[in-house]
Amino acid sequence: MNSAASRYDAAQVWDWLGAVADPEIPVISIVDLGIVRDVQVGADGLCTVVITPTYSGCPAMQVIADAISEALAAHGVTRLTLQNQLSPAWTTDWMSASGKDKLRGYGIAPPAQQVIDISGLQRSAGSTAHAAISRQLPAPQVACPHCGSAHTSLTSQFGSTPCKALYKCLDCHEPFDYFKCH
Amino acid sequence: MTTHTTQQTFEYLLRLGDNALILSQRLSQLCGKGPALEEDMALTNVALDLLGQTRLWFSYAGELEQAGRDEDRLAFHRDAHQFRNCLLLEQPNGNYADTMMRQFYFDTWHYFLIEALTRSSDARIAAIAEKSLKEVTYHLRRSGDLIVRLGDGTEFSHQRCQAAADALWMYSGEMFIYDELDQALVAAGVAPDGAALRTQWLAHVQAIFTEATLTMPAADAWMQRGGKQGRHSEHLGYLLAEMQFLQRAYPDSTW
Repeated sequence: MNSAASRYDAAQVWDWLGAVADPEIPVISIVDLGIVRDVQVGADGLCTVVITPTYSGCPAMQVIADAISEALAAHGVTRLTLQNQLSPAWTTDWMSASGKDKLRGYGIAPPAQQVIDISGLQRSAGSTAHAAISRQLPAPQVACPHCGSAHTSLTSQFGSTPCKALYKCLDCHEPFDYFKCH
Repeated sequence: MTTHTTQQTFEYLLRLGDNALILSQRLSQLCGKGPALEEDMALTNVALDLLGQTRLWFSYAGELEQAGRDEDRLAFHRDAHQFRNCLLLEQPNGNYADTMMRQFYFDTWHYFLIEALTRSSDARIAAIAEKSLKEVTYHLRRSGDLIVRLGDGTEFSHQRCQAAADALWMYSGEMFIYDELDQALVAAGVAPDGAALRTQWLAHVQAIFTEATLTMPAADAWMQRGGKQGRHSEHLGYLLAEMQFLQRAYPDSTW
């Protein structure tokens, strides 16, 4: 029997996973989204994929796990272990640059900030504790994905899925989804 | 040396999970009935976050218990006296000021609790808290905003908001009243100290109330208790009857 390990390595598996679409935003892959955290292929061909949920209640996680199994099985990966990892918690900082471009092309404004202090975890000792829950925290500047205008306003912090907020453009007057920083 | 037992951690996880589950169910009851489309979506988003957190707490609880109870069994196969949620969370949705005030009291506590639990000596609890914290932060930012909008809104919305603040106040203390179980987990570094949480809670509620032109009821007022020990108001039974109907009518049915 041929060694399964001779047919694929971790880099190859990453490539294959890059073709697995996110079930809710099919224009980006689960790798673009930063859901896949690690891939290991053992000498015996056993493939281990570590994934992390975007949100605790993300209803797509089971669909994503199934999609990974199916996609890899189609490439001959028969021995697969899927691991769920909670810590470190998923952040939109893990989203790839190409993923952000694809989101914009799809009509969803990508996360605006690089560093997210929404949790208050990164607060320094001297600063006001728990700035994240202060009402003075400035809202992010979100550019309209349709016309590019920065003249937009927040309609609601919560949108059609947990990862999105509702915005509207004050120039072209189109409503749009904003993939919020997390 | 640990000062707590696995059984105590299990019980504590039930409290965390039940709080999230019961509030999630309450908010889900408003699905399709929110006062505005944006509010409807926000309520169900928050409900979904809380349900996801419930699953994480219950999965861990089930593993610790080693009695074959998974997250579904813990949610659907227990009766009211076996639930460990605080009384605040089973209170009816009432008008929208009631709904949002209940949410604001809970979110404020939940934020400071979860933030502290990221430093829990129990690594799994710390990981779940880390995962939940950003969600909980969004919840609190929203409920604080709405309390200001309702409190500092029209004369009518102000009146209703103040009435809700007063009516729900007696349920706001239970979260900080620690029994032997809580104390054992504090001693073991698993859970944060209740007095410190209460100080943070009062400061944030006062700050938001000031901006909302609301009067905060007396901090030393008499407080209801009992939910954490399984002594609930009549509301919980009705809530469970609806939530658990399918599993009670068709036990152990699955998708």
